[in-house]
Order: sequence, then structure tokens, then C-alpha cells
Amino acid sequence: MSVHTPHAERGGDRKAAVGSVGRPPVGWAVPGILFFALFAIVPLAIAVYLSFTTWDGLDSPALTGLDNWTRLFKDSEFGQAAWLTLLLTTISWAFQTPVALLLGVWAAGRQRSRAVLSAVFFIPLLLSTTAIAVLFHALLDPNFGVVKEIGPWIGVDPNVMGSSTGALLVVAFVGGWQFMPFHTLIYQGGARQIPEVLYQAASIDGAGMIRQFFHITLPQLRHTMTTSSVLMIVGSLTYFDTVLIMTKGGPGTDTTILPYLMYRTGFQTYDLGYAAAIATALVVVATGLSLLLVRFSGFGSMRSTREGM
Amino acid sequence: MRSGIFSQGTRTTRWAAAGAALALAGILAGCGSGAGGSGDGTLTAYVYGDDAVKVQQAAVDTFNKTSDVKVKLVSVPGTDYVNKLRSAMGSPGAPDIFFNWGGGSIKPYVDSDDLLDLTSTVNEDPALKDGFLPSVMTAGGLDGKIYGVPMRGMQPVMLFYNKALFTEHKIEPPKTWEDLQKAITTFKNAGITPFALGGSDKWPELMWMEYLLDRIGGPEVFRRIQNGDTDGWGDPAVLKTARTVEQLIDDGAFGKNFNSVDYGNGGAPTLLNKGKAAMHLMGSWEYSTQLGKAPEFAAKDLGWTAFPTVAGGVGDPANVVGNPTNYWSVNARTKHKDAALAFLRTMASESYSKALVDNGDIPTTSDAASMLSTSPNPAFANDQYEMVQKAPSFTLSWDQALESRYATPLLTEISKLFAGKSTPEQFVEAMKAAK
Repeated sequence: MSVHTPHAERGGDRKAAVGSVGRPPVGWAVPGILFFALFAIVPLAIAVYLSFTTWDGLDSPALTGLDNWTRLFKDSEFGQAAWLTLLLTTISWAFQTPVALLLGVWAAGRQRSRAVLSAVFFIPLLLSTTAIAVLFHALLDPNFGVVKEIGPWIGVDPNVMGSSTGALLVVAFVGGWQFMPFHTLIYQGGARQIPEVLYQAASIDGAGMIRQFFHITLPQLRHTMTTSSVLMIVGSLTYFDTVLIMTKGGPGTDTTILPYLMYRTGFQTYDLGYAAAIATALVVVATGLSLLLVRFSGFGSMRSTREGM
Repeated sequence: MRSGIFSQGTRTTRWAAAGAALALAGILAGCGSGAGGSGDGTLTAYVYGDDAVKVQQAAVDTFNKTSDVKVKLVSVPGTDYVNKLRSAMGSPGAPDIFFNWGGGSIKPYVDSDDLLDLTSTVNEDPALKDGFLPSVMTAGGLDGKIYGVPMRGMQPVMLFYNKALFTEHKIEPPKTWEDLQKAITTFKNAGITPFALGGSDKWPELMWMEYLLDRIGGPEVFRRIQNGDTDGWGDPAVLKTARTVEQLIDDGAFGKNFNSVDYGNGGAPTLLNKGKAAMHLMGSWEYSTQLGKAPEFAAKDLGWTAFPTVAGGVGDPANVVGNPTNYWSVNARTKHKDAALAFLRTMASESYSKALVDNGDIPTTSDAASMLSTSPNPAFANDQYEMVQKAPSFTLSWDQALESRYATPLLTEISKLFAGKSTPEQFVEAMKAAK
């Protein structure tokens, strides 16, 4: 490497390095940029190119102009898949956010046994998605699964995976169960950053726990919530493995969300051009949604939650 | 997938693709993707990786002892097989010989001139021409031409049943539609699901469609569709088939929750061996599945029979559907055509059939009957062989007979029909419109 490290040049004088140099030379970013370009930008560009072609994976792709894109807007299956994706995203967000928020805030405290319980809550995130899907599939088997025994007790139809609403809710639940610990962790980190002095002042003013939560904790966690929501929404938009293993898009097409439709079109039907169009549409929507969210939450303007303190 | 991009496109995309390929090459090098097709005196053969591979490996070892050109067997794990083959065939690293299901599974390769036409090779060689059951040889071909040589056992779909339940309720396994309805009523009243069905896997539902259409309209109806005429779905027999399915579901033939029962993880087979379901329409591999899951049940209470007749149907009740067998096809671009054909000829040999029998498979060779006594399950093997041998027609599973661009929508539509999400009329319309 011909790039000199600023630290080496300046010997042990690290404080000065931070002050005057600011950032290391661009050379440092080259491996990262190269890697990102090769594995993210290039494949993305190829997918966009393929979305204007028809390709079966064997012969060369043949350009067909906007055919795939006009088909996309007329395809009722795509419409249904888009609707289901939206539904799944909304349900996932509405299910995960409150629970993760409360758990996170609780875990940020200093109660007894908190550390042990936090570790237990964290376990689902350590399992592989495939293992979780297989596990829940077995639990929800209508004839031999746990659901057959305890389902009726808690008002769950043992055939939950065989009904359209049931299957979608199960998919949302399994995803939520798996990723909630991750969001809990984000909220825990966020809640720990809130200065203790705010709570002390509030207690002096006579605010109880609930008022403190709504008037200090929630506003202070604004940016954390945006971060977590963007991750959740983009995660739901690209949710795939659980659907593949648990429902295969069924019953009928009632859990065929966009990523699964893309997989089916690309790797079962081998209509790779159209699959690339679906994939590109998904990228555009996911990027658009994240940008919107960042903009409307005020996250982009980088206003500190500690302004005026 | 990547190689197609090299052959076309602007300079920029080609460079971009080259960059991506370069990066991936390092990763893929270990996967054997770069093998095959080269002039180094080897033939690469892709095979579907499951328990039966050891039989093919033994055949390869024997062949390599005497041949100058060596065969290298690449066993691709089952679930990845179709995708991996597809990507490899579009690349310079394509295999010379590969495993397939015949019919629609090789149609894309035939269309892009990737396959060697074996018609004359087979017809000029009595060992190949007369060596295999005719219905099996035909089922694997396309447009009257032969592209593959049978290389594994037969897998007809049969009606399996729980003998103990039939004895207990004093009825016989169904031979006619009337019997079948009587069985449905009897078992339903006893709180037993008449037919186990792994609906969440979709393809077990397809088996019902295949047999019903064959019994109702005869094999010609599907043959027309298979030959590329999507209007064939408009045949009244298809609508009647779909209506029969609807009726069976309404009658409770499959119970209430078949939509969330699977085959792959053992849901449906367990229903049968635990006595919660009385019958199960499944490929002949059900026997070994049960042998693995519930050996005692398989030995004592597992019965099998042909699919019953359907009232008012014109199809011959001796007809069979399922997977006749698997085939070896040869890449048209292979550098060692003669060696590849020599290897394919060994598939007709007695020693290879013997190895298949010992593995529990039933070879599709014409003289297999005499060997079946050494099979691990002679009674089952004989019945199965006889069923296929006597069948006037052996319809290849629709999802293999049709190209994937028709087969995938077909499975989706069938799943919708069984889930009650579309009516028989909507099913017919959707299939006619599939493109």
C-alpha cells in the first residue's frame, strides 16, 4: 500500500491528527468502494438492464424495451403481491414497534435480573431464519403440531396456516418474533443515551412514570424510532425466507409477497427479464420509502434531540 | 446466469459483467462450475443428488476402468439441481451429460439446440431400442424424438392405503368411483380423514388432477396441452376434472386442513401411518418414505392399488401417471460424443439394472421382471413393475412435462383451486390464458 496512515506520520500525537487532518485520505475507502461496487452496484445495474430484456437464462438476453414494465402495471398478480407486501410491512411495523420500544426502554433501566432477561429476549436473533421457519412450521402443523393441542384453548384455529389471513399473520408474527430483539437493542441503546437529568427535573416537577415516558422518553427516542422503522420497513419489503419455507406463497397466492413473486418468476418460471423488473421496482419502492421516512421524521435535518440543553 | 451477458450488450455492461464475474470466479472455483466441456479427456455428468447416486457412481467407476475418456460425476443436491443445471447450461462450463425428467424439463435446451438428438442412435442399437419399456422411452422424448436414455427407477403414482383401517371398517380398497365415495362416507363418519393430502406442497394436489383428467378424458387431453396447445385446457374434461376436485373437497375427502399439511416434512405420510387418514395418493417413493418413518407400518399395514375408475370417464383404468423414470441427455457441444454414447449404453446393461434393484429401485428395462425377486420388497416391486408394463399410457407428471413457464403458473392455479380461491371455471380460464 502506498497510502500513508496519518497516525504513522505524526507519531504518537493523536490529538493533533484528529484536529488538523480530520479524515484519512481517500485511498482508505478504495477496498470498501470496490467491494460495494462489485457486489451491490454492478448486480443492481445488471438487474436494471435485464428488466428491459426477455431472458430465459440460456440464450442471450433480447432487448424488449418497456414490455416488462407495461406488463408489471397490468399484472393482477403483481398488484396482489404489492398489496400483500404493503399489508405485511404495516402489520410488522405495528406489531414490532410498540413491543420493541417498551422492551428496549425497560432493558435500559437498572432493575434486578434485567441483564439475564435481556439475554433471554435476545435469543431469537441468534437463530437462523431458516431454523425459525422450520420450527414454527412444525409447531403449527394442524395434525401433529402444538397448535392442535393448545390452539383451541387460546382461540387459535389449528388450521391457521391454511387460511389466508392466518397465514399472513403467522408470517408477520414469525418475522416479528425473530427481529424484535434487534429493535429492542436499538431502543435500549437510544434510551440509555437520554440524560438522567431530564428525569430528575421531571420528578421534581411531580411527573409520574407514565408522564415521564410520554414527555421525555418518547420525544428523545425520535431518531432511534426512525432508524428502527427504516430498518423494519426495508426488512419487511425484502422478507423472503420465511415465506418460502412456511407457506410457499400459499394458500393459493395469499402470501405471495413481492420478493417471493420475484423468486417464483425468476427461478421457477425462468422469466428472468420480468423477475428483474419486479426486483427493480422493489428497490425503487424501498429506497423511496426510506427517503420519505427520513425526510418527514426530521431525521435528515440532523437536529439534535438535546437542543437547548 | 452471468455468461449470457458476455455475448451481448454494450461495452460498458460487458466490462461490468467481466468485473463481477472475475470477483465471483474466485468464489465459484471450488464449486466445480468451471469443469466440463474441456478437451482434457473427461466428461462431466450432472446428477440429482440423493440416495440413488451411489448406483450411478458405481456405474461411472466401472465405465472409467475401460474407457480412455473418464466420466466425472457431479452430484448436485436435490433442491438446487434444476437451478444449477439451468445456470450451467447457459455457461461455457456446461456438463456433457446430465440427469433430467424428459419432456418439458428439457424443452428449453432442445429449443436452444443444446441437446444431442438420440433418435437414430437408439433406433440403430437393439440394446437400447428394445432394452427399455416402450411407454417409458416415449414419455421422456419430445415431438417424437428421443433425447434421453432411462437411467433410474420408475416412479408411478399409486393409491396407498392403511390396511388395518380398511379391515376394521370392513370395506375394500376402491376400484370404482362408487367404491371411492363409499369409502369417503365410511371413513368420514368414523372421524378419519379419507385421503391424506399434502396441500401446502402443491404438487401432491397436482397428482389428483393428473389421474382424474386421465380417467375422465383419457391421456389425449393432456397430450394436446403438452404439445403446446394451451386451448387444450378448454377441453370439457378439464372442467369436469376441476369440478370433481371441488366436489371431493366439499365432500370432505381430504379433511379440512389439507392446505397446511405438507409432504416434504412428513405431514401427510404420518397421517396415513398413524391411522388418521385412510388413503394417500402418492408417487411410489411413498413406500420407502414409510419404510423410513414407520418400518412396522410399512411392513404390515401399508397397502397399494391403482387409481379407481371415474364414473362416465373414457380413460383406460390401466393408465398410469407419474415419473416414468429419469434420463441421461447429452450436451450437443460435447467434445467426446462417442464416449458419452458408450456410457449411456451401459444403462441398458444387466449389471446396472441389478444395481438399481438392489438399491430398491425398479428399473425400466424390458427384462427387469426376472430380477425383482432380489429386490428388498419383491411384492411391491412386482406390482409396480406390472402396473407400468401393462399401462397403455404413462403420462409424465405435468410439472415435468410442461416447460417451467407453464408449470409454475399451473401449480399456483391448482393450489388456488384446492384452496377454494378460484372456481373450476376460473381455473380453466386462467390456464387457457397462461403464456
